[in-house]
Amino acid sequence: MTFTGNVDVRDGFGAAIMELGEKNPNVVSMTADLAETMRFQPFAEKYPDRFIQMGISECDMMGTAAGLAMAGKIPFPGTFAVFAASLANQAVRLSIAYNRANVKIAASHGGVTVGGDGATHQAFEDIALMRMLPGMTVICPADANEAYKATMAAAAMDGPVYLRLARGNHPVVTRADAPYQIGTADVLRDGTGVALIATGPMLARALQAADILAAAGLTARVVNMHTIKPLDEKAVIDAARACGAVVTFEEHSVLGGLGGAVAEVLARELPTPMEMVGIQDTFGESGEPDEILVKYGLTADAVVAGAQKVVRRKK
Amino acid sequence: MPSATTVSADDIRDLAHQIRRDVVRSIACAGAGHPGGALGGAEIFAMLYSGVMNHDPGNPKNPQRDRFVLSNGHICAGFYAALARSGYFPPDELATLRKINGHLQGHPARAHMPDTVETSSGPLGQGLSVCNGLAFAARLDNSPARMYCFVGDGEMQEGQLWEALMTAGHHKLTNVTLFISYNALQIDGEVDKVKKVEPLADKLRAFHWNVVDVDGHDVDALLAAVDTAKQTTDRPTAIIARTVMGKGVPYMEDKAAWHGGKLSWDQANEALEALGPARNYTDFAIEGGTK
Repeated sequence: MTFTGNVDVRDGFGAAIMELGEKNPNVVSMTADLAETMRFQPFAEKYPDRFIQMGISECDMMGTAAGLAMAGKIPFPGTFAVFAASLANQAVRLSIAYNRANVKIAASHGGVTVGGDGATHQAFEDIALMRMLPGMTVICPADANEAYKATMAAAAMDGPVYLRLARGNHPVVTRADAPYQIGTADVLRDGTGVALIATGPMLARALQAADILAAAGLTARVVNMHTIKPLDEKAVIDAARACGAVVTFEEHSVLGGLGGAVAEVLARELPTPMEMVGIQDTFGESGEPDEILVKYGLTADAVVAGAQKVVRRKK
Repeated sequence: MPSATTVSADDIRDLAHQIRRDVVRSIACAGAGHPGGALGGAEIFAMLYSGVMNHDPGNPKNPQRDRFVLSNGHICAGFYAALARSGYFPPDELATLRKINGHLQGHPARAHMPDTVETSSGPLGQGLSVCNGLAFAARLDNSPARMYCFVGDGEMQEGQLWEALMTAGHHKLTNVTLFISYNALQIDGEVDKVKKVEPLADKLRAFHWNVVDVDGHDVDALLAAVDTAKQTTDRPTAIIARTVMGKGVPYMEDKAAWHGGKLSWDQANEALEALGPARNYTDFAIEGGTK
């Protein structure tokens, strides 16, 4: 499956779930009244027995998914990130994580991408909430190509996964034929001036930032940290050692997400000056997604500013 | 495998009796726990594990097995006793309840007992959802397995439980049977005063459930209720089992305080004296003896 141009990240997920439906009779999709937005509709039509409409009951859906998994199925419960991670947290913690149930939580609308719906529906804390759960794998694909690969990889591994998908069109910046492994970061661009570690659709903006920095004479290593947990600690340490300064970039709170995870590693292994570009401990608001990204400082320019600031603190 | 036709109601009653002794003694070993609901559920545990469920301790992961989900995990002393007396682990291990490095966690934990605990539980209201998931899987696999879920009446105040009731009713999960241990008490007192769950049977029927209301200590009535559930082919069945908190121990009966807390060996010995010995079982050994 190959995507190019500007594509909704969920389309990569949708393509994968259809392929899984064909290839693996144990795959079950489930949703809490969001079949269309989760890209489950074609699956539901082709495999009606293996699609479960749960109604607006996210906690119940997560618990039911755990039961399916413990009887050998591979359920993909799908809903918005804010409901999957916050509303249903009790069921994800008890029934999925503590049971080590083989559930693949598909969470769309991670970050600001719900736009006009406002802060109630914008998940800025979901990565942190899921990262805290022992045994939970947390993945945040950068684009549709990676969403496809991540979904296939999640189905192939044993254990609970939180798959965070963005809504809306985002430039495809990863190659369909590039190898993908959960827990292994990709270095998309090499450099020694500063390390830009990005996750999710912010990766495309990190690449723009690297271009701007290169024009100003600062070469940036760009790391695609598609898996937040287990974090590729070696990739973090290598980048910090090579560049001496790190900027993290995520469509999420800087508390407890990618920035927090990278800081935990570097504080322990290789203290390195850092800047964290992300949501600065605040709720969001209504607006077009791009307007929100600008207002809350999630842009290539913000990464450039962070890079210029952090390199001044290099040892 | 045992079945209702091969195990007599008398034997089930005797197992319930031993479960009560095990509950009291294991909680006394731990120093604290939740005896009230565990004593109240003894006949249900005994009936499921010795007369109703299709299960085999020698092949605990048989995909066709019936499943038991204890949603109100705090009454696990009764569940653990039923497992031990069924042959899942030596009864002497009941002395390790709630102890460090033991399997018998204060609430059932699949991570510690992967072969016997179908799902971890404790935070209330969440077991039926898992049970429904197991039931969906059995339906997909054309498996005859049946799922039994146990909840408390106070637990009916949890929202997720009603989501799950709606799910099982809507999807006609006829392979799900729910036991509601109705002792009318919860930690802070009478359920009716804390927050009403009544009219419970009407609510369950409105959620598309078949409802049977029985004396939760009457083994014959419980067996008949399970038969009704098996014969009901258009909806899941809820068995409202009228139980007495602390059943069999006079000073605990109908006392909300015995939901949980400390239990001394003096109190335990008084309880064991009131219960008397079981016919076909002996008490598990306690290292160093009792006090």
